[in-house]
Amino acid sequence: MKVKKWVLLFLITGICFFLIRDSEIQRVSAFSNQVIQIGATGDDVIELQSRLQYLGFYNGKIDGVFGWGTYWALRNFQYEFGLKIDGLAGPTTKAKLVKASKYHESFVKENIRKGNKFTHYGGTDINTQVKTNKKATTQKQTTQSQSQGTQPKTTTSTKTTATNVPNGFSQNDIQLMANAVYGEARGESYVGQVAVAAVILNRLDSPSFPNTVSGVIFEPGAFTAVADGQIWLTPNETARKAVLDAINGWDPTGNAIYYFNPDTATSAWIWSRPQIKRIGKHIFCK
Amino acid sequence: MHILIRNILIGVLTVLVIGTGVWAYQEHQEKNAILINAENNYQRAFHDLTYNIDLLHDKIGTTLAMNSRTSLSPELAEVWRLTSVAHSQVGQLPLTLIPFNKTEEFLSKIGDFSYKTAIRDLEKEPLTEDEYNLLQSLYEQSAEIQNELREVQYLALKNNLRWMDVELALASGKESADNTIIDGFKTVEKTVEGYSETDTGTIFTSMEKKEANYNDLPGEEISKEEALNIAKKYTKVTSSNKTKVESNGKGSDYEFYSVSILHDDGEVNMDITKKGGYPIWLINDREVKGANISLNEASIKASQFLKERNFKNMELFESAQYDHIGVFTFVTNLNHVRIYPEAIKIKVALDDGSIIGFTAEEYLGTKKIREIPKPKITEEEARKNINSKVKVMESRLAVINNRSKEEVLTYEFLGVLNNDTYRIYINAETGNEEQVIKLHNAEPIYEDIIEGKA
Repeated sequence: MKVKKWVLLFLITGICFFLIRDSEIQRVSAFSNQVIQIGATGDDVIELQSRLQYLGFYNGKIDGVFGWGTYWALRNFQYEFGLKIDGLAGPTTKAKLVKASKYHESFVKENIRKGNKFTHYGGTDINTQVKTNKKATTQKQTTQSQSQGTQPKTTTSTKTTATNVPNGFSQNDIQLMANAVYGEARGESYVGQVAVAAVILNRLDSPSFPNTVSGVIFEPGAFTAVADGQIWLTPNETARKAVLDAINGWDPTGNAIYYFNPDTATSAWIWSRPQIKRIGKHIFCK
Repeated sequence: MHILIRNILIGVLTVLVIGTGVWAYQEHQEKNAILINAENNYQRAFHDLTYNIDLLHDKIGTTLAMNSRTSLSPELAEVWRLTSVAHSQVGQLPLTLIPFNKTEEFLSKIGDFSYKTAIRDLEKEPLTEDEYNLLQSLYEQSAEIQNELREVQYLALKNNLRWMDVELALASGKESADNTIIDGFKTVEKTVEGYSETDTGTIFTSMEKKEANYNDLPGEEISKEEALNIAKKYTKVTSSNKTKVESNGKGSDYEFYSVSILHDDGEVNMDITKKGGYPIWLINDREVKGANISLNEASIKASQFLKERNFKNMELFESAQYDHIGVFTFVTNLNHVRIYPEAIKIKVALDDGSIIGFTAEEYLGTKKIREIPKPKITEEEARKNINSKVKVMESRLAVINNRSKEEVLTYEFLGVLNNDTYRIYINAETGNEEQVIKLHNAEPIYEDIIEGKA
């Protein structure tokens, strides 16, 4: 009997503790100190989008990436509330936003995690704004942090559901290039991998080569990794980053469109190309 | 007893032999099927290519005889389409190791020329005499290519030549081997090479990327030691285990040093022009642990970095966060005119705000002392040329590279149509719409979507 009482007491205090803690989180978690600007990703952006949507300025998806939709929504908000219209969520803007709107953090994050379609408009019961992803009954808890090996900023950090991609390339293009880079140059230094990715991109611009990423990569005989199937190995994060750098404009090769490994090259013709430089095992040439 | 064992052995062996035979036969069949499949893909690309070159030749011929502008434009567009298709078919053939790039360049130049003339208002600006002559000579040249390709095609069909043999010959490094197809394509290449020497002048400039030329940059030639010092200044690396400075190879269009510095957390690589010691690009490869500063703070660090290194009048243009890295694009802003060709990109680590990447390739290639001309039309007039459905949010003057890769002064409008944002450039002299760019929105992470559905 005594044991039962104790357990009950313990449970009640526990629940109270959680309730208090929860409400506390709600209060202090209104934005971190950062000035949020276009291009940013993460928790603050999720909150920004949710609050802007609460007020009806933002009609897009709450995905945690500060894109153009969020930018115009923020500027409209700044205009309506008589703030300086700069598209930056600084201290004044954030304070005004927090005062004017509500943010149901647990609701938003719960739905993001479950992959539900939801909105966060004010004036209507939020629980009616969810379209449950029926197939996602067995929810996966593993996808909490943004990427492996790195610590998320806070323990409540939620993964964004979208990502920035350089103009003109999709995530799948990047993946395909990462596959090629990994297959061709996984033994090379980081710069050596950026260089291989840069050659693929230089070929896209060159009139002597196909005009698509897949066209360049799968051109018969162009890459040994394609010919021997190593392209289908699963690339690591380094290869993907190298591809992103190359797409973003880094070209360590000095505009090379060919490269070869002098130890294994079989073609005599490739030696006749004007050589620009050597990075690791590869010689890059025109 | 012995006989029994012997019989069993014979039985087992026979089964084994037959089994191996059947297995080998099946393997052989499968291998053949795959080879035939691959061969057929090559054959298809090859015959498609020759067919399209046939068509191309005819179409160029048709444009020559045409007079009415209304039929000329669609025909030129057709020429452009055919060159693009032919180009993609060349890309499907195992020609990588045969010199065939002159022919491909030739195709893409025809494409560029026909595209430029097809989109031009031929009522206002009819084909000039030079352009007409160019078409005439393109017609003759394409005839030669057509003839040679047809010859190869004929021989291939007559002698059952296989592209797989071409591939094998090339893979084994015997491209000089006596192979009709290889020889045929080499002849085509030689023919094309013949014309490019007697090239048809300035109208035939292709739209390809202008080669960066850093040889005209001001300043004295620097030494290897100076290059190393510049690299250290740029990265603020103090403790370095190993440094290396190498000169560029002979094939480069410009002279540069490649500096590499190994340090405790990783490696810095940087290319610096010999003349003047300008940084071309820099990558500091180190692990970025988490994000402690915001993208906004990082952008301020990036712009300080530029100021400290004497890059003047640079304005933040684009910013994006990739995991724990911020990537920023800066462009020159000269008296409130943005010069887009002069762009610098900077990568900032969000853990400590240090600069881990820098590239000024475009900037160095286009940087010059500029006289910005006065716009001939007003912003209001330019605004009238914008699609009325687009809601304009921002505007400014900007210099951009247009589709023919020429620098033009434009009014830039940032506008919204439905849920998308566009950059629209209206020529500040003629009022023409030079370029409209739809800006990408963030892309959903498909893994999440798929996982959600699983």
